[in-house]
Amino acid sequence: MSQALNTYTLRLADDLLILSHRLSEWCGHGPILEEDIALTNRALDHLGEARNLLTYAGQAIGKSEDELAYGRMERWYTNVKLVEQPNGDYAHTIVRSFLFDAYHLPLAEGLTRSTDAQLAAIAAKAVKEATYHLRHSSEWLVRFGDGTAESHQRAHAALADLWTFTGELFETDAVGDAMVKAGVAPEMAAIKAAWNNTVDTVLAQATLERPVDGFMATGGRKGLHTEHLGFILADMQHVTRAYPGASW
Amino acid sequence: MSTGPHTRDRIITILESVKDPEIPVISVRELGVLRDVGLAADGKVAVTITPTYTGCPAMDVMAADIKQALREAGITKVEVKQVLSPAWTTDWITEEGRNKLKAYGIAPPPHTADIRALKGCAPVVECPRCGSGNTAMLSAFGSTACKALWKCNDCLEPFDQFKCL
Repeated sequence: MSQALNTYTLRLADDLLILSHRLSEWCGHGPILEEDIALTNRALDHLGEARNLLTYAGQAIGKSEDELAYGRMERWYTNVKLVEQPNGDYAHTIVRSFLFDAYHLPLAEGLTRSTDAQLAAIAAKAVKEATYHLRHSSEWLVRFGDGTAESHQRAHAALADLWTFTGELFETDAVGDAMVKAGVAPEMAAIKAAWNNTVDTVLAQATLERPVDGFMATGGRKGLHTEHLGFILADMQHVTRAYPGASW
Repeated sequence: MSTGPHTRDRIITILESVKDPEIPVISVRELGVLRDVGLAADGKVAVTITPTYTGCPAMDVMAADIKQALREAGITKVEVKQVLSPAWTTDWITEEGRNKLKAYGIAPPPHTADIRALKGCAPVVECPRCGSGNTAMLSAFGSTACKALWKCNDCLEPFDQFKCL
């Protein structure tokens, strides 16, 4: 496995691992039973995909999935900042997932045609799950946007807050370019086009206005994060740090 | 194929006792999770399984149960391998498996895991209790990763549906 493929695989894994952790924080706190179950189901799907990717990336560098998940500090995590943002109210959680799902589904579809057989196999499983995820977050966004004045306002506020984190999803750099060139990763422009299409369609249905692109946050892919990631990792890693090598 | 005291058929018969830990009426074979049984010249058995959902926590339990069932039958040299490709689909659940799901109170998945079913335009889902087609989905996410939550508008019972994948 080349260095670029390793970096690329870790990026895919980190997005899903961190979003999974955020969604799992809703366990036992969902607004209704069905949603509590839905979010934890989604967290499990994301975690499963992340585990496959971490295992794959780890094989090349002699590390286990656990060592990669529990042994890396913030600066070594390369997820986008969007997925580490706090849950906020339910509108924030749904909008965060919607903006990610609309990116994740076309990405997974593209990766099913990857020249890398293992990434293609992982994506082939993920793509069906991602279809359910996008449908779930889209339906709730429409319900909020086209619901009451308060739910509309909250969805609007969540979109305004999180929009600044969407630019990073489509960033390209030397690693991404090398992956596209090798036929490993799909073209980012095609994913952006699919994302735009989904976002515009669902926002129109939800009677929500698409925010205007302004300052876009960056840095996640280089290990530069918002302060929130440190708290997530502290929660996720404190047991393995307190009892290194413990197993049960 | 068969060298030593075990045959492939015997191993598959033994594995029939290994059930899905979360749906204990259906075997790993009927679920389509059991993909292959290989028998090496030295008598080592290689069992290949594939996950239903990516994050399915039952996979580790199934692998352990497979090893235990074979150990109890005197087969100790066992390797359980997980493969992702080709990706599992609900179409791999056998006909007998589908009937067992229904008898257990879980509506079997629509027959073809095609894009219509994934997008929610699935054929009518029949209530596994009264057989009525007058049913409605409550949530696409149910008690496990592979199930959705439905209710019957006629007998008013809620039920799980094995969702299309």
